[in-house]
Amino acid sequence: MSTLAEKQPAADVPAAVETPWRRFASAYADSRVAMLSLGALGMIVFIALFAPFISPQDPYDLAVVSIMDSRLEPGEQMFSGTTAWLGTDGAGRDMLSAIFYGLRISLGVGVISGVIAMVIGMSIGLAAAYFGGRTDSVVMRVVDLQLSFPAILVALILVAILGKGIDKIVIALVVVQWAYYARTVRASALVERGKEYMEAATCLALPHSRIVFRHLLPNCLPPMIVVGTLQTAHAISLEATLSFLGVGLPQTEPSLGLLISNGFEYMLSGKYWISFFPGIALLLTIVSINLVGDRLRDVLNPRLER
Amino acid sequence: MTVFITRRLLQSLLVVVVMSLLVFFGVNVVGDPVDLLISPEADQAEIEATIARLGLDRPIHEQYWYFVVNALKGDLGTSFIFGEPALKLILQRMPATMELAFVSLLMSAVFGIPLGVYAGLKPESRVAKTIMAGSILGFSLPTFWVGLMFILVFAVMLGWLPSTGRGDTVDVLGIPVSLLTWDGISHVLLPAFNLALFNISLVIRLTRAGTKEVVHQDYIKFARAKGLSNRRVVLVHLMKNIMIPVVTVLGLELGGLIAFSVVTETVFAWPGMGKLLIDSIQLLDRPVVVAYLMMIVLIFVVINLVVDITYSILDPRVRLKDVKA
Repeated sequence: MSTLAEKQPAADVPAAVETPWRRFASAYADSRVAMLSLGALGMIVFIALFAPFISPQDPYDLAVVSIMDSRLEPGEQMFSGTTAWLGTDGAGRDMLSAIFYGLRISLGVGVISGVIAMVIGMSIGLAAAYFGGRTDSVVMRVVDLQLSFPAILVALILVAILGKGIDKIVIALVVVQWAYYARTVRASALVERGKEYMEAATCLALPHSRIVFRHLLPNCLPPMIVVGTLQTAHAISLEATLSFLGVGLPQTEPSLGLLISNGFEYMLSGKYWISFFPGIALLLTIVSINLVGDRLRDVLNPRLER
Repeated sequence: MTVFITRRLLQSLLVVVVMSLLVFFGVNVVGDPVDLLISPEADQAEIEATIARLGLDRPIHEQYWYFVVNALKGDLGTSFIFGEPALKLILQRMPATMELAFVSLLMSAVFGIPLGVYAGLKPESRVAKTIMAGSILGFSLPTFWVGLMFILVFAVMLGWLPSTGRGDTVDVLGIPVSLLTWDGISHVLLPAFNLALFNISLVIRLTRAGTKEVVHQDYIKFARAKGLSNRRVVLVHLMKNIMIPVVTVLGLELGGLIAFSVVTETVFAWPGMGKLLIDSIQLLDRPVVVAYLMMIVLIFVVINLVVDITYSILDPRVRLKDVKA
């Protein structure tokens, strides 16, 4: 406690305490919207991680779910005595619990596919930029070609070929996303390659792998973080769309998109909550990730206006 | 110029060939339609007869060869489910999809441009900020969920517009068009607007950026100094100068609209090609899936080719760079 009090005056001297991380954090915190969305995102991730512990009910435990409870309106009491704050679906599951479990799957699929796509795209993009020449033009041709087709179309082609299943959806999302990462990392790697530290590393006759992974890669990371957040939101949205269309995840992996799809048939009779609330959860997730990503871009790229 | 166009044509051809290989082998290796199409009670002779009729007993490369030869003759196989040529099924549904895509393209321009110009002229006003916030939502909201909410609000709660299907159509030159009857128009409004949302947001952003740039140009100042009415300055002098990028992007987005109509068509049960694709994937109707995918790849390759060639005519740097590379 006393050490903290002693350190307080030192905080007035910026040069002594300003680390890159702190500068970054305080620049990020300048925007209220960004802080708010970061908080929302934190909560969503928390819910997704701890869904089994905080849900009122295990929505996929057949011993707990009762068909007697089906299609209850939001706020009604279930057979077991607990209140279904967001209503129940056609099989009598508590919607709030189903959404918590759905978030887990949606976020999981989005993040896993994002990470795999990032690793693959980054390796390919770095190799293209580092080796240049023929490798570069071939890789970039493929990237341009793929990006000239809309993501949804590429994903549809892949699910038509691969079929349903959580692994297949992840593959489809990876294929859809890798090109964005490859292009971004190549662009920044090309800039970095011309700098003196790269020349120095080359003069030291370090092995290619060491130059690429220890020298080049860390300096290309900031734009990748931005693309990573925005792409993850995109992947979550795409997975939900595919699952809604019935060509995404199987019924055994009820993501938010599937929950919305399951509520579709009740919609026309005015039972809105089965589709509405999972949609709101999906919306909050996507919008908060996008806002965090936008703010990261503004902070990490000082050349941008505003 | 000739070199450039020849190169691009060869490239497009290569893409089509690669895609046909990918799609055909992919679709034919996964999933066994025999289990699906033949009733479990069928005896061995019946099963074999059906397999022979559908050509499923031949080696896969032979099946591909027949597929290519027939495709060049305009025959993309026969649907397992409908028993009709796959291409015919797709062509039958194409006008509905095209209609949806064009109406939503029109909506993107009609809603996007005025809102974007307004947001660009008064960037600090509350209305402009609301417009921009709305456009962020338009980018990030999942289309299918917004479609559901449209159905909920406008069809179920308010009862203003029908929720599903296509309305009455009138044949124009043999193509059914639903824009000539009130029933048809009322059916197309919701799905088209749903499909247009993303592009409206895109057009708003483009128009706003263009307006903010053009407003400070000398010719606008001069037009104002001449004493022209605000209306004339905005509608003539400003609009003419911001339209080029907007029109380009809208043209490019037509392909995206056709691809994305898969989602909207499923939500609103619009009888287009996209819904046919989803139904066919679920029923493992391979010829229709393959035919649809080949068709849409062809549409995209043609769009990209036309865009590339147009650009190279407008901007010689594009083709010079390509020849050098």
